[in-house]
Amino acid sequence: MNDLLEYTLRLGDDALIAAQRTGEWIAAAPQLEEDVALGNIGLDQLGQARSLLQYAGSLDGRTEDELAYFRDEREFRNLQLCELPNGDFAFAMARLLYFATYQHLLYDELRSCADETLAGVAGKAVKEVAYHVDHATQWVLRLGDGTEESHRRMQAALDALWPYTAEMFASDDVVRQLSVAVDPSTLEEEWTRRVTAVIDESTCERPTSSYQHSGGRSGRHTEHMGYLLAELQHVARSHPGATW
Amino acid sequence: MDFQATIDADGRIEPRDAMPDGYRKTLIRQIAQHAHSEIIGMQPEGNWISRAPSLRRKAILMAKVQDEAGHGLYLYAAAETLGVDRADLLDLLHSGKQKYSSIFNYPTLTWADIGAIGWLVDGAAIVNQVPLCRCSYGPYARAMVRVCKEESFHQRQGFEILYTLSKGTEAQKAMAQDALNRWWWPSLMMFGPPDAASTHSEQSMAWGIKRHSNDELRQRFVDMTVPQADVLGLRVPDDGLVYEDGHYRFTEPDYTELYDVVKGNGPCNQQRLSHRVKAHEDGAWVREAAAAYAAKRAERAA
Repeated sequence: MNDLLEYTLRLGDDALIAAQRTGEWIAAAPQLEEDVALGNIGLDQLGQARSLLQYAGSLDGRTEDELAYFRDEREFRNLQLCELPNGDFAFAMARLLYFATYQHLLYDELRSCADETLAGVAGKAVKEVAYHVDHATQWVLRLGDGTEESHRRMQAALDALWPYTAEMFASDDVVRQLSVAVDPSTLEEEWTRRVTAVIDESTCERPTSSYQHSGGRSGRHTEHMGYLLAELQHVARSHPGATW
Repeated sequence: MDFQATIDADGRIEPRDAMPDGYRKTLIRQIAQHAHSEIIGMQPEGNWISRAPSLRRKAILMAKVQDEAGHGLYLYAAAETLGVDRADLLDLLHSGKQKYSSIFNYPTLTWADIGAIGWLVDGAAIVNQVPLCRCSYGPYARAMVRVCKEESFHQRQGFEILYTLSKGTEAQKAMAQDALNRWWWPSLMMFGPPDAASTHSEQSMAWGIKRHSNDELRQRFVDMTVPQADVLGLRVPDDGLVYEDGHYRFTEPDYTELYDVVKGNGPCNQQRLSHRVKAHEDGAWVREAAAAYAAKRAERAA
């Protein structure tokens, strides 16, 4: 697989799988305003996924739907962080803080890259994810510095997801060789600064965990991924060749 | 101008105007029921977001369900102008003391049901709601103008889903016909009981809340929908359907089913309400945290 395709799939799969999990919150949020907000965020993520998968598909003659619905688990390139099942609302906001802060730094760099399509997608997406970061930040502060219960849940969520964060910054030959790619290892320091500032203000403790998961970029996922794809793909796969 | 003179002149009643108690109560009941229908209605469609068979359809469906949450928000806000609180209205929904549209007590079993809901259920909602844009209560009328614009987009996307299925494989066509067979009768029941049995209608008409009778609206819906079914190449499941004097004469639905479902005996009544109550209860600690945080902030600022 060529590096540009591989790289675009990483970004597109992150956004697609994140959108799938965000979508599961709709009609189950803690208040109606949040159903609207999570709907917006999910739509942004899905829009990014579509642009990126359309571009990836154009590189090897597949459509966005062929890529989303007809690849198997080992071919997906998303971060494990994105695929973990939804926990409580604190978990959703901790994941959004970690992921959207990463996406924001990444897209902000990518919008000045030499690939016009990627730069265009990033230029639009950077504004969307700035809102996601803001939304997650507001909730991490409210929950961290709200009640005893919300503080406990916020801390638990920040801790539970921390071991899935190093994967975002892992560098490899693909990002080193591809000139248009952002090497994510260059984003880690600023990401840590931003995220820990929010955690500190929320009165939570910075998570410490020595073990860090990895494997998503090479298609080694968690046990949850197969179920996510089964649900996402089953109608399309039951009617191969059909148009919807 | 006093209340009756405003109504007689086809003017708008605004929140600060004097109004009879019965008018206020009727509106609260109707607007709350409408708001509850929007948020319960998110469930049967939300059921398909994770499985929508193309990314384009997934995005459209997600946007549609999100619009419904937005409609719920404006409608609760319109109800609040009458001196009630959204939290109290939600409690009434959760305890079963206020209703929502019975149509949402039917299950969405296949992808074609998402098309049928958009085409038939949103189509029926539009027929019911367009006259409400001229309702005598200003905040409700204005909320409905915005809701109706979005509903007509929803209806078109539903029709388009079914159009695509009806031009598709044999399995897709069968899926579309099956959805029409299951949703036709419940959609006709969305207009409520026949005029002779409708308890609230007459007073609501006199107050300018309701502009047309249930049976008039039902006829309007059938006249609009049957030619669209022809375009889809689908058969409306009514052997009694005939075109006569500019209207489609149709078989009345079995209203005992409507009364049963309203009473709680439909396929999804329990499921819809318990899902809603669970989301609300699971979110209680979040709402408490937001209130506690806001109070702390206010204290620090003082």
